[in-house]
Amino acid sequence: MKYTLSLILTTAATAAAEELPEAVKAAQAAADAAQISADNAWMLASCALVLLMTGPGLALFYGGLVRRKNVLGTMMHSFILMALATVLWAVVGYSLAFGEGNAVIGGFQYLFLRGVGMEPNADYAATLPHLTFMAFQMMFAIITPALISGAYAERIKFSGMVVYTTLWLLIVYFPMAHMVWGKGGLFNAFSGGKIPCFDFAGGTVVHITSGVSALIAALYLKPRAGYLQEPMRPHSLVLSFAGACLLWFGWFGFNAGSALGAGPLAASAFVATHFGAAGGVAGWLAAEWLRTGKPSVLGGISGCVAGLVAITPASGFVLPMPALLIGLLAGVFCYAMVAVVKMRLGYDDSLDAFGVHGAGGTLGALLTGVFATKAVNNALKDSAGNPAPLGLVDGNAAQIVNQGLGALMAIVLAAAGSFICLKIADLACGLRAAPEHETDGLDLSMHGEEGYSFEA
Amino acid sequence: MKKIEAIIQPFKLEDVKEALKQIGVDGMTITEVRGHGRQKGHKEVYRGQEYQVDLLPKAKIEIFCRAERAAEIVSTIAAAARTGKIGDGKIFVLAVEEALRIRNDDRGVDAL
Repeated sequence: MKYTLSLILTTAATAAAEELPEAVKAAQAAADAAQISADNAWMLASCALVLLMTGPGLALFYGGLVRRKNVLGTMMHSFILMALATVLWAVVGYSLAFGEGNAVIGGFQYLFLRGVGMEPNADYAATLPHLTFMAFQMMFAIITPALISGAYAERIKFSGMVVYTTLWLLIVYFPMAHMVWGKGGLFNAFSGGKIPCFDFAGGTVVHITSGVSALIAALYLKPRAGYLQEPMRPHSLVLSFAGACLLWFGWFGFNAGSALGAGPLAASAFVATHFGAAGGVAGWLAAEWLRTGKPSVLGGISGCVAGLVAITPASGFVLPMPALLIGLLAGVFCYAMVAVVKMRLGYDDSLDAFGVHGAGGTLGALLTGVFATKAVNNALKDSAGNPAPLGLVDGNAAQIVNQGLGALMAIVLAAAGSFICLKIADLACGLRAAPEHETDGLDLSMHGEEGYSFEA
Repeated sequence: MKKIEAIIQPFKLEDVKEALKQIGVDGMTITEVRGHGRQKGHKEVYRGQEYQVDLLPKAKIEIFCRAERAAEIVSTIAAAARTGKIGDGKIFVLAVEEALRIRNDDRGVDAL
């Protein structure tokens, strides 16, 4: 393909010299079409990879961590979002997140996906059909609220969960996505944002918002009945293991796909992602091994997720060695959050959505300000048109402050927004499952079925 | 007639079955059970949270036999299941009033 193209271009250049601009135009059109096909192929695959992270990835990961009586209910918390968030996205979400609006929220011009078709939207991705960009971002709107479900697992009413999540997408996610990634967004470093913030694939938008919302949900709902008194061991770490491996696999689409093309930046993000995951496993296991004497499988897979979370905002900005270090630090930090800090504070974040996504996301956002370098990403230009220095390693220490402000905004918006959404959902239909329903398990009480039927 | 109920370590089940086959015992019922006697459980740690697991997996063997065979079967099971460590399990012998083979209505020792 490459040689054919250069041949066409050479021919075209020769032709141009002979004053045949039509041939140049034709060659340019052929090259453009080829690039759109190449980029679109990787991006459609990435869309599918990111969806795979929610179902079955996250559904298995979380499903295995709960008790046997709640396995289906927990999987449903992820799966329902594959439909619910999709509907919301199509109707109003994409427009609010990526439509032209103000610095905080998008407008209504893409309502019902009006005007979102096969032609590229050059504001976001000049070499992708607008539909592909829309679909890719949609997969993020699906997984983000699903991540929160780790905090309210085993005790939320299904109806309350649906209402809460719908409101949450409207009040927290769409504005946050617009502020960081939308045209003219407050934190959008590449679109004239007032506080330029680097978030390649969703450290603030996805992980801090979901992680902080998870903490608020855990506090609002109060601990599960019998928390710290009766055993609540994961019912199947085998399921969780398979889920975590699928998350790792799907994360390549999440991060490398955020390059919005199949070029070298995608390769860089792909490698950084993998190194982040590996560093996370190593960090968590080392900390756990030293502290309890045993490196657990649950520790290993939790560390992989922690590393992936932390590398998410950094993935398109950092070199491989810093990626490894970011993962390593996230593994140790998130282990400390769930094994030490959570125990001290006593809140019941059932599956550690805050300890992993909130803590790991914040750490990743800040470390992005340290390690982001123009050697990896030269999209940001200074006034002279040269690649601008990005993070501390480029000599731009102030970026760490910007990253902190972006993270702070995500924390404040998620905390306040989540509380409002929880309160409304609680008033509308109740959030906490009745005690007898919680005892029976959500599978039976909410869905009328059981995950494991030994008589069948 | 007697019923022999043996609760043993699951990993000793194959040895016990083999030993029983050697002395001509050709019928038994095996159940996977959980429980504990004087052996206390163990500690498990999930993301820093410790759980004391008291009920440990055991295998339960049930055998019905003629009264005069009970002693030999009990000693065979005991010999095959013994590791000498705490947690090896226990064997109980109970009197049985009646037995019936459902297929043809055989009764008593004929039904064993």
